[in-house]
Amino acid sequence: MSDQKPAPQTAGSRASMKKELPEKFRDHKHVWVFMEMERGIVHPVSFELLGEGRKLADKLGVELAGVVMGAPGEDVKRAAKEAFAYGADLCYIVENPVLADYRNEPFSRGLTQLVNAHKPEILLLGATTLGRDLAGSVATTLLTGLTADCTELNVDDDKSLAATRPTFGGSLLCTIYTLNYRPQMATVRPRVMAMPPRQEGREGRIAPFSVDLQESDIITKILSFIPDRDSNKSNLAFADVVVAGGMGLQSPENFQLVKNLAAVLGAEFGASRPLIQKGWVTSDRQIGQTGKTIRPKLYIAAGISGAIQHRVGVEGADLIVAINTDKNAPIMDFAHLGIVTDAIRFLPALTEAFRKKFSPHSNDRLAG
Amino acid sequence: MHFVVCIKQVPDSAQIRVHPVTNTIMRQGVPTIINPYDLFSLEEALRLRDKVGGAVTVLTMGPPMAADSLRKALTIGADRAVLLTDRFFAGSDTLATTYALAQAIRKIGETFGKPDIVFAGKQTIDGDTAQVGPGIAKRLDLLQLTYVSALTEIDQENRTITLERRSEGGTQVLKSQLPCMITMLEGSNVVRRGKIDDALRAARAEIVTWSAKDAGIEDLTLCGLRGSPTVVKRVFAPQARAEKAALVEIAATPAETADAFIEAIFAKAPTLEADMAKLASGF
Repeated sequence: MSDQKPAPQTAGSRASMKKELPEKFRDHKHVWVFMEMERGIVHPVSFELLGEGRKLADKLGVELAGVVMGAPGEDVKRAAKEAFAYGADLCYIVENPVLADYRNEPFSRGLTQLVNAHKPEILLLGATTLGRDLAGSVATTLLTGLTADCTELNVDDDKSLAATRPTFGGSLLCTIYTLNYRPQMATVRPRVMAMPPRQEGREGRIAPFSVDLQESDIITKILSFIPDRDSNKSNLAFADVVVAGGMGLQSPENFQLVKNLAAVLGAEFGASRPLIQKGWVTSDRQIGQTGKTIRPKLYIAAGISGAIQHRVGVEGADLIVAINTDKNAPIMDFAHLGIVTDAIRFLPALTEAFRKKFSPHSNDRLAG
Repeated sequence: MHFVVCIKQVPDSAQIRVHPVTNTIMRQGVPTIINPYDLFSLEEALRLRDKVGGAVTVLTMGPPMAADSLRKALTIGADRAVLLTDRFFAGSDTLATTYALAQAIRKIGETFGKPDIVFAGKQTIDGDTAQVGPGIAKRLDLLQLTYVSALTEIDQENRTITLERRSEGGTQVLKSQLPCMITMLEGSNVVRRGKIDDALRAARAEIVTWSAKDAGIEDLTLCGLRGSPTVVKRVFAPQARAEKAALVEIAATPAETADAFIEAIFAKAPTLEADMAKLASGF
């Protein structure tokens, strides 16, 4: 590909240069969404991506396709039907026994072959462990651009994908283009995009694609799969009410105040990134760009300053309320309601007030 | 055995500030650290070396000052450090970065012995892409094993490796082969403190410093900005909401303040009270 590279230019002129797509990429057309399936279940992020992909395809005047890869059987057919219900016009189905469970080798080979055969202009994947593992190797094999963890996807005037994501550790946003290569690849974290409405009975075309993959060619073998115990799983991403704490809590012991309020409300609890980095709270409870994105009806942020990387993870909440000692903290710029006070002192009073409101006859002390 | 660990020097993100007026990053005086995710991979490599013997080579690409992070890695216990530094690398995106690092790892293989495992961080805290590890694996045709939570067995004779890997909804137990590329999950081990001996050795150690040419990179069009298919077109601060948060007044006692706060919440979202009552009662 080196012979097709543009001449050296400075950063400024390169970023503003007129885009002329090399001849070999001009027949790349249509928007694809990789339908992530694990153990027969389609990951909801795939439906969220179909919602975004539909908008991009409509703006470009092209089709939206789902890509389903899996073992032959009912699961892949069901996944294709779901793709149609969430907006796909067609669905590529790659069926092969070696695709029963995710492994990098067969999936990256299969997806790369499909892209080379049917040439999409945009390829979207979920920024899950699976999607990130797969997208990185497929983009490198295709020698194309990949933008991770996008928070906004758009098509600009000359039909290029404008992928916006947080940068500099989440303190600013940047918009990234893949100028001279196709497909333009991007990943989006679960819950960042809204779930589109499901259209029952919506139909689409099925396009089977066969890949030459034999189990004997695949080196990595799956010995077993240990599902997470339910008790280990937080339901943070889908909770209606979330209470979270940040550095304003000042010590790991004070994080209990957040848990106490969450317990009274029947809510999930979470934390901002510094608390995870300090090891005060486990990483499955992290809220923000590099943790979970939440969309609750009510989000209570206690002692969280509200850096952009946190903000992008909570902006989908219906109501954001902030407890912070600093009335100029960034969180006050995007919270709907705030109170300027010390969370360490205020949380117990708030917990007690909620307890009285919702269970007035209970005098149980919180066990913690 | 030979283990190569790719690390990156990053600004300590906890200390990055945005200028309140100009919305630009204030980089001055922000200390740099080894990307925290890389340390879990470094520790795992050191454990393997201690168990089966061999050497750990740390590699970074960056400006000359990135040597500080390499020296830190030597202090923790790495045996050798390679700094890949050249102005041609400036402006590299992840694809161009993996090209340069893969070439350097080939050169490391020729110079110090072929690596059996290449480690990388799961992701960085400044770019957060998680793409460089997979990119290196693809370019060097190594088996790709990301989000590894435990290395349970390494069989030197048959060159196999058994490990646990985080996947959506559970843990995969995998058996794979060497050579491979591994990224470790955070919290999968506890990063050691270096020994005094290592610190003394690190202070005197020579950092192997390679330019693009030294690393055997001939095609400079694949490096830096020129070799990067992605272009950052615009960097901007997010729009503030038109209205700032409505502030609830502090009352005479915390209990009264809490009541007023709850009232203000339900005034903003009238249907919330019924939803929350249901949730709080456990249904």
